[in-house]
Amino acid sequence: MKPSDVAHTAALEIDHVSHRYGARLALNDVSFTVRQSSFTVLLGLNGAGKSTLFSLITRLYAIRSGQIRIFGHDVANEPGAALSKLGVVFQSRALDTDISVRQNLMYHAALHGIASKRANELIAEVLDRVAMTDRSLDRVGNLSIGQMRRIEIARALLHRPRLLVLDEPTVGLDIKARADILDHVRGLSTVEGIGVLWATHLIDEAGAGDNVVVLHKGRVLARGGLGEVVGQSGGADLRDAFNRLTGAADQDELESAR
Amino acid sequence: MTVAGEAIDRHSFSLTQYFVCLKGIVWREALRFIHQRERFVSALVRPLVWLFIFAAGFRQVLGVSIIPPYETYILYEVYIAPGLIAMIQLFNGMQSSLTMVYDRETGGMRTLLVSPFPRWWLLLSKLLAGTLVSILQAYAFLLIAWFWDIEAPPLGYLTLLPALLLSGLMLGALGMLISSLIKQLENFAGVMNFVIFPMFFASSALYPLWRIKESSPLLYYVCELNPFTHATELIRFALYEQVSWVSLGVVLGCTLAFLFGAIVAYDPARGFLARRNTPAG
Repeated sequence: MKPSDVAHTAALEIDHVSHRYGARLALNDVSFTVRQSSFTVLLGLNGAGKSTLFSLITRLYAIRSGQIRIFGHDVANEPGAALSKLGVVFQSRALDTDISVRQNLMYHAALHGIASKRANELIAEVLDRVAMTDRSLDRVGNLSIGQMRRIEIARALLHRPRLLVLDEPTVGLDIKARADILDHVRGLSTVEGIGVLWATHLIDEAGAGDNVVVLHKGRVLARGGLGEVVGQSGGADLRDAFNRLTGAADQDELESAR
Repeated sequence: MTVAGEAIDRHSFSLTQYFVCLKGIVWREALRFIHQRERFVSALVRPLVWLFIFAAGFRQVLGVSIIPPYETYILYEVYIAPGLIAMIQLFNGMQSSLTMVYDRETGGMRTLLVSPFPRWWLLLSKLLAGTLVSILQAYAFLLIAWFWDIEAPPLGYLTLLPALLLSGLMLGALGMLISSLIKQLENFAGVMNFVIFPMFFASSALYPLWRIKESSPLLYYVCELNPFTHATELIRFALYEQVSWVSLGVVLGCTLAFLFGAIVAYDPARGFLARRNTPAG
């Protein structure tokens, strides 16, 4: 890869990915791209296939059909190269509540082969970034849910990934904590140039400058800038567009089932 | 290029980094262990109950003749001590795998497996971490047993160490293999009944095999084939500065087989994760 290509490589490419659980098709020919420095909202109801997609991106499940590339590295063939550029915030709690914030972050650094001296520098940096420096010695169990989320984001950023994927990161948060985290992560894409994939079922989390991918029952119904998606569907706003798109898809499904 | 462009671009790790990763996983396991004191206490109480109560009751019933590695007549307590050490490790191995199932259902396992290190290295590190914890438990048990007049030769406590490492790895790898086959936590109690108890009772842990042979030849062969018997014998001989070569071979072979099975099971392309019928999250 030439240096000039590097800046143009997509942070994440989902390329014709399908996935089945037994007979049930959880993802059906899903394709979309997350560009560098972009904030992409993956919008779908519960059960749309978001978590399955995350399991494939993070290599928890093998990709059976299609390809997923992180900065051009195929997740299946070059997992080490792909995963080292990826930061993840999972939907389920993934911090050790028994140990301190710093100890959690140290563990994560070790999982990326970062030794203690360098790890200390990076930990100070990410904690500062999420404004949690003064809590570094606290047990994670003593933090609020919003603070835990911030630590999870700090952890995901610790090894300086260039792609950050978050699965329903605002679940359980109050309105203010939600807005804070959303602003913060949006800042990461615009200021730091990190490509962000933000999966949610909350339509109002998508903002004006964002890219949107509408996932419904395993299929991508629309993708593009927020304006484009709204415009193409003929809706008044994203909520309207989402309802029209998913409504039409359900209608089609009903008719083909007849 | 943006600020984030200085991201760590390496993806082939140096040997030092492999070690950093291993150290991190062991250290986290140790921290968890320190913070879960109940786990340590219950790991100690279990064998001590066997030692103080069961053995005291049975010493009059079961006579133990002179068999290697013992050179004199021994009390029943002395006979079952190595088996109880193996039991500590068996429970620990199963408990680590319980942690893995639990971890998988929350996010801990995902955090581990999303690391860019090769998966076999992550699992091996996790296994070693659990084994080191079980060794600590075993020595704590021996310390208490020493006050109960169960004394091995001083050097035996040192020669025991490699045996504990190997038997701990074998039982941990078995637990890991089993954890990959369990879909949910609820099924684990069943595995306890179907794995731990049969393995423990159909072994040389509580009675010498020649006694079993007298009562049931079939059971004797089952015991001989049980890897747990060989973990027990490896520990028993090592505690008396000797090597049971057959047991060493069996334990070594089983460790490799179980470990290979566990790594395959956790491989996303081939293992259980790929075959699962339900989404994890």
